Amino acid sequence: MTDVPPVVARGLVKRYGELVAVDGVDLTVERGDVFGYLGPNGAGKTTSLRMLLGLIRPTSGRAELFGRDPMLAGAKALDGVAGFVEGPRFYPYLSGRRNLELLADYDEPRSRARIDEVLELVELRDRAKDRVGGYSHGMRQRLGIAAALLRKPRLLLLDEPATGLDPAGMRDMRDLIRRLAREGLTILLSSHLLHEVEELCNRVAIIRKGTIVYQGALGDLLATASTGYRLRTRDPQRALAVCLAQRGIDDVSADGDELRFSADEDAVAELSIALGEAQVPILQLVTDAASLEDLFLGMTGGESSDHDRVPAAVR
Amino acid sequence: MTAVARIYRWELAKLLAQKRTYLGIGAAMLVPVIFVVVLQIQSGGPNDVPLGRYIRDSGIVTPLVVLLFMSIWGFPLITALVAGDIVASETHNGTLKTILTRSRDRGEVFAGKTLAAFTYTLAVVVGMGVVGVVAGSIAWGFHSFTSLSGTPVGAGRGLGLMFASLGVYALPLAGIAAFGLLLSTITQNSAASVVGTLMFALLMQLIGVLPGTESIRPYLLGTQFDAWHGFLRTPADWAPVVRAFWLSAIYIVVPLLAAYVVFLRRDVAGE
Repeated sequence: MTDVPPVVARGLVKRYGELVAVDGVDLTVERGDVFGYLGPNGAGKTTSLRMLLGLIRPTSGRAELFGRDPMLAGAKALDGVAGFVEGPRFYPYLSGRRNLELLADYDEPRSRARIDEVLELVELRDRAKDRVGGYSHGMRQRLGIAAALLRKPRLLLLDEPATGLDPAGMRDMRDLIRRLAREGLTILLSSHLLHEVEELCNRVAIIRKGTIVYQGALGDLLATASTGYRLRTRDPQRALAVCLAQRGIDDVSADGDELRFSADEDAVAELSIALGEAQVPILQLVTDAASLEDLFLGMTGGESSDHDRVPAAVR
Repeated sequence: MTAVARIYRWELAKLLAQKRTYLGIGAAMLVPVIFVVVLQIQSGGPNDVPLGRYIRDSGIVTPLVVLLFMSIWGFPLITALVAGDIVASETHNGTLKTILTRSRDRGEVFAGKTLAAFTYTLAVVVGMGVVGVVAGSIAWGFHSFTSLSGTPVGAGRGLGLMFASLGVYALPLAGIAAFGLLLSTITQNSAASVVGTLMFALLMQLIGVLPGTESIRPYLLGTQFDAWHGFLRTPADWAPVVRAFWLSAIYIVVPLLAAYVVFLRRDVAGE
């Protein structure tokens, strides 16, 4: 039982009349993964998560959480599992604390004793007495995490946890997710933001129009793809010469003291040695986030509705 | 406490935190008060309904006469208000998925909701009864009164019969609650369920007054609202009471079973 993967989905299909929302999705999330489920809005992420949680019945295929199918095992399949789909929802006429008390009573074992602890963790203790109806979007999002953590889960399913949050809220949410991952939780997190997944996840699945177009380690995805890089140096002229002479370094262009080129990881590794041997002082050698975005857009057919993307932080 | 009992307790807590619950219970308690006040101001009385002529004999008669007036749509509407909403509002709020991703099976959640809807139904009837007796007794005193067979009924025994009548009256009302639960589960829309349930109740009454329906009349849900008359005859006429029990059971169980199956299998998605 202990080596059963937290999430296994095989051939999941969900059809609504003519519309095929999810079309044969296979997913495997291993223990300890922070798994990014990436795709444009409407690609089928939320529908997949609903099937994993047993909220909707797959047209065909099956989903298992720690080896238990929610369609067969009912709520038992959710032992050790928590999370939310499509934003957490609460009773607006009850306070935050009352909402958690209610949910704690729906848990097995009951989890009331942990309420203060999780409220503290998401920094909602001061507002716990207020009705949820008066909460901001960010507070509800945090209460959603608190409600999930009440269950002491081993697997956390989060649907777009940072969407709609302000930049500070997004940062706090990501810090929290990183912290939970460090504590050994397996996390499956859906997102339409590539940089969010890149920042948090070790493995990804990319879904497009209900079909998985890539699944594997994030590092492999980045390594196999020819990605854009930026190089800042004290000696742009000599760096340019080294780059032009180096095999596997393409599309080189100079822009002030910054060079841009595309290459795969192996070529970049060799380039850094060559630069060192040529005594070119490197200030910065980083992947160009914009070209990662292109990679994602290429895979998802350019359908990303990635409007609320914050500018990629300098890394 | 078992899981269902815990869910039931929370369902009651949720009802107590919502305005519509008080709207229903408030209306049920207000009607007998208005009734008594109007009869205090006016000299006439509801002479054309059973017991109406004896309304001023004793406060115990007040709730019984109010029952007659609220059968057509008053109590059905008050019942539908909560029963039609109890599943649909959770779909609307998105909270159904919140509670269904904890450790409780759908069947347990459904059982808790059903019990809460029935509890509310019984509470509005009993609430009306208590307020009616108190208001009526303040106006006309707490005395013996005349039964439907014309014999006197002592105050103590009369009070017992009155509450027994309320209990029997609540049976067909529970049938309406069960129908409301079914609509609430299927339509996932609170307004549609409340209106649909009221329509069902009115239709049941309507069929009963159409000519040519005499043979099926004893088996209609609406007819069971008068079953308690049997208690107030001397000797008591048990036949309508017994029929109300088993017929209401059918009217309760059939929609409940259907609602249960739908609730168990249904996709819980957004609106």
